[in-house]
Amino acid sequence: MKRFFQVAWVIVRKDFTVEWRSREILYTTLFFAVSCVLVFAFALVREGRPMEDAAAGILWVAIAFAGTLALGRTFERERQSETLRALMLAPADRPAVYVGKLAGILLLLGAVEGLLVPLVGVLFDAPFWARPGWMLALLLTGTLGFASVGTLFAAMLVRARSRDVMLPVLLYPITVPVIIAGVRGTAALIQSTPDEPMARFWVSLLLFFDVVFVTLALWTFEPLMTE
Amino acid sequence: MDAVQYDFDTITIRDVSRSFGRRRALARVNLTCAAGEIVGLLGPNGAGKSTLLGIVSTLLAPTSGTVTYGAHTAREAGSALRARLGLLGHDLYLYPELSARENLLFFARLYAVPDPKVAVEHALAQALLSDRADDLVAGFSRGMRQRLALERALLHAPRLLLLDEPFTGLDDASGHALVARLAGLRATGRIVIVATHDLDIADGLVDRAVLLRGGRLTAIGGGGEGLRDRYRQAVETARTAEQAVRS
Repeated sequence: MKRFFQVAWVIVRKDFTVEWRSREILYTTLFFAVSCVLVFAFALVREGRPMEDAAAGILWVAIAFAGTLALGRTFERERQSETLRALMLAPADRPAVYVGKLAGILLLLGAVEGLLVPLVGVLFDAPFWARPGWMLALLLTGTLGFASVGTLFAAMLVRARSRDVMLPVLLYPITVPVIIAGVRGTAALIQSTPDEPMARFWVSLLLFFDVVFVTLALWTFEPLMTE
Repeated sequence: MDAVQYDFDTITIRDVSRSFGRRRALARVNLTCAAGEIVGLLGPNGAGKSTLLGIVSTLLAPTSGTVTYGAHTAREAGSALRARLGLLGHDLYLYPELSARENLLFFARLYAVPDPKVAVEHALAQALLSDRADDLVAGFSRGMRQRLALERALLHAPRLLLLDEPFTGLDDASGHALVARLAGLRATGRIVIVATHDLDIADGLVDRAVLLRGGRLTAIGGGGEGLRDRYRQAVETARTAEQAVRS
């Protein structure tokens, strides 16, 4: 087990070094997410008053779109020199490679959310941090649910010619429950009187999705990646 | 993981076939290689050489047939077996955004090489890249990348080394240095399978050669003639046999 996490850590560190050097994925993902939020802000905020409950939906749509872009670009890097094959050849359980890539994408999305949540909060007058613990739990579980499926599909599609089209086509139908749970849970927290029991319900549901998705991904990664 | 337990001194490819959709890339291939042997895998473009190396390296699963490493199959030995394999593919498996040293350190840690920093410095010296160790690989020539990729494949001292066109992009001196390096590996009991079109270099290097043509493997006979002549004869014999089967 120690070796499993060592390999995952080595991959995370490598991804971080490569990204730190270029900041290519971070900047493009941030630019895309901020543009998306600004377009919604121009459409849905009239005379300084945002549409009720819009903030939760916009936050999660921006996370999902930005996440899809980040997933595609992350695996594009591994495709350019076929380095994903080198990772598959490593003397470690292949799911460790999946965990390493997933952790890297979670870190990246965490950084994007760090900017996105305050931005949506300010533009849509949404008190995301009225219940910071629950908000953090929703973001963590929702992002993990989305990224766990996304990492598996992005790795699977790395050599497919139409991967840019196929990734959202495969990813969104499966992660719609995660996005809906994220939206409903966030909406319960940002209403005038935060509904904690409702937020707890959605966090529990997201945790359930996370367990199912991560387990399935760990189970299927090796056979799917052995061509 | 017990890499020592899954060490091996022979590799046996038995009746291995591989299809991609309706296209058959390999048809009932049989080959045995022993420790201390360099086997040349020759054949025209699209003959199935890279597919065979992919299967032996465990990256591809055969449609039918088995590959055994000593007494174990890849499925039995799992990740421990991969610690004994080294692959230099057509793509070099290097990160252009990282320096030569960072690339080697990454793979050394991935393969749990003991004392990775020392191993990396040794590998950089072998690749004649010590003075360019901190330069990004993106700025390297093909030959420099090729030398670095070879050291990447050898970093964990694999028992079986699979080389797909290892002489691509190498200048004359580097090509000869690689031949000497491979001869040294043979002396230390490694199994080396080299897929190449460079018959002149392979002639003085390989212990025996096999021809892969249309997914079928045949031995290239020994004898006093050069490898190029024996290769041509083997291709002609295979072509005649194919025509006989068709008619």
